[in-house]
Amino acid sequence: MKRIALLGMPNTGKSTFFNRFTGANARVGNWPGITVDLMSAKLPLGDQMAEIVDLPGIYDLPGDSEDERVVEHFLNTTPVDLVLVILNSSQIERQLSLLLQVQQLGIPCIALLNMSDEAKKFGVRIDEPSLSEQLGIPVFSLSAKYGEGFELVKQKIADTLSYINKAGLPSSDKKVSLKNIDNAELEKRMHGIVEKSIQIPTRLSDNITQSLDKLFLHTWLGLPLFFLVMYFVFQAVFFLGDPLQGGVEQLLGLVRVHALEPLLAATPALVQGFLLDGVYDGVGTVATFVPIILLFFFFMSIVEDSGYLSRAAFLMDALMSKVGLDGRSFVMLLMGFGCNVPALMGTRVMRSRGLRLLSMLVIPFSLCTARLQVFVFFIAALFSPSHAPLALLSLYFFSFFTAFITALLFKGKYRTVEPFIIEVPPYRLPTLQQIIIRSWHEVRHFLQRATTFIIIGVVLVWVLTNFPSSAAPASVDTWAGIMGSWLSPIFDPIGVDQKLTIALLFGFVAKEIVIGALAVIYALEEEGLGSLIAQQMDWVQAYSFMLFTLVYTPCLSTIATIRSESRSNTFTAISLIWPLFFAWFLSFAFYQGARALGY
Amino acid sequence: MTKQLSILRAGESGIIASLNTHEDYLLRRLMAVGFRVGKQIELIRSAIAKGPLHVRVGTTEVMLRREEAQSIEVTLC
Repeated sequence: MKRIALLGMPNTGKSTFFNRFTGANARVGNWPGITVDLMSAKLPLGDQMAEIVDLPGIYDLPGDSEDERVVEHFLNTTPVDLVLVILNSSQIERQLSLLLQVQQLGIPCIALLNMSDEAKKFGVRIDEPSLSEQLGIPVFSLSAKYGEGFELVKQKIADTLSYINKAGLPSSDKKVSLKNIDNAELEKRMHGIVEKSIQIPTRLSDNITQSLDKLFLHTWLGLPLFFLVMYFVFQAVFFLGDPLQGGVEQLLGLVRVHALEPLLAATPALVQGFLLDGVYDGVGTVATFVPIILLFFFFMSIVEDSGYLSRAAFLMDALMSKVGLDGRSFVMLLMGFGCNVPALMGTRVMRSRGLRLLSMLVIPFSLCTARLQVFVFFIAALFSPSHAPLALLSLYFFSFFTAFITALLFKGKYRTVEPFIIEVPPYRLPTLQQIIIRSWHEVRHFLQRATTFIIIGVVLVWVLTNFPSSAAPASVDTWAGIMGSWLSPIFDPIGVDQKLTIALLFGFVAKEIVIGALAVIYALEEEGLGSLIAQQMDWVQAYSFMLFTLVYTPCLSTIATIRSESRSNTFTAISLIWPLFFAWFLSFAFYQGARALGY
Repeated sequence: MTKQLSILRAGESGIIASLNTHEDYLLRRLMAVGFRVGKQIELIRSAIAKGPLHVRVGTTEVMLRREEAQSIEVTLC
């Protein structure tokens, strides 16, 4: 089998090309020693099978950025038969540098001039035959987005592969010696090629982008418009997502009642509990995230592909750079108020690892809709209607506050080493096909990476709350209850009693189940729960419990996502332990402070 | 007259006179996105509160922070 590597600078439509080339069968592959996700796909090309690998977008071959090191490492350790270098046609005059660097490696390559539709519109003219002659490699124009020229390119790639096969060219297995690249020489060559084969107007005529930017990046209107856009995206994702999630839950419930329970009726109660309340509920937890992830990436792809995300980075940078983040982190932080899981996955647009980890550390502080359910319940039970909005608002304040404090504290540890130089692409119309493929890839990615982890976690909590088998489920006599009493020296000073500690343990799985779990713990129906809780605790205790619930681990799925996205157990541990500590500290300060003031 | 890109006003344009940085990494990144001596450059706008700059260089539009822009000298025209 032949291996093809796809290489190019960021924003060249590389992924669009890859998606068109491979359709829906691309997967995240495992490559030794590589810490970022590389998509690859195997497909028949001409008379043989080929594997195509989508390498991260890079500016330079001998690199200092993480992505550049990944590419270098990949080329050093993996034999490659053909490199496809993809360039943005309208920026060819500077992007040729990467192509010339790749040529120095001595691996056969083909240059693909993508976005030919835009180049034509902007008045950039490229003499392909002349360019091909000067470079000594095949050169093809195409629009990966609209498919123009694509079939020809595919054919030519197949032809080149069979030629390589017949000529018996070995795949590259020599060490990539990039240090020898003479950049001054490269510059000179590049200049000569541009002079001879490319005509560029002194100014690109993209009036639409200029007018839109005058509005969207306006000194005073820019930020309000940004929040308006975010508001609509947020509403679209979570208000469409809510009924869909409900539907999935209902469906799972129906399967449970009508199929699984009758099927398992003859088995012992423990086996039934393990399979239904453990494994099946774990599967259910995973499944309820699918609609949200789909919708999130559907709308985020529009924001990203249209070019608006980099504008958002421009608008929010002044504020965010002070805490070591950038505008894109802020967008994900906002989306985290719907659901942390897709927001964490969305940080992949940030290519600096330090920046990405710092963003992933702060996103879980966003008060997501699952936590909101818990807060609304407690606030309704313990606060008067006039105080209720204030209580909820203060929790939103704490959500931002904890995120910013965490960013400030950790910005030294997760430093952004990459210079902040981001391309501002022209505004573009996203295509439905690209958006759907992207959303599908993200869902599959989540399912592949997080399912096992989540199921194990749910089973574990089931075990803790159902054993020893002599104890009533979720009662203080279970292992969870026993743990609660061990932990009482820690939780008493923040006003959280043993029963609430068990609820916090359930909350570790998912905040959606906290109220249901409390009903089980108090052996009550949910309707009576509110008034019972109002009798059992005062508002200071309740608020302390809510603060803790806000700040500590949002849910198992968040942890699973942090683990799969960071690929680091150390980082996962930090993002688990720091919020626990922070939550306790805040609740302690609040609870003891309020009590000292006589409340 | 040359000026640092970071102190240009919105709408001013010129030719890049020099890239002054000792950081090899920054220099290579600047060159890769199109900042090269002799290139036409225009400051389109800057964000409020000392935010980043929006710049057109050659056929590419980029944003960069003021610290990075300090290393770029521009001959006004």
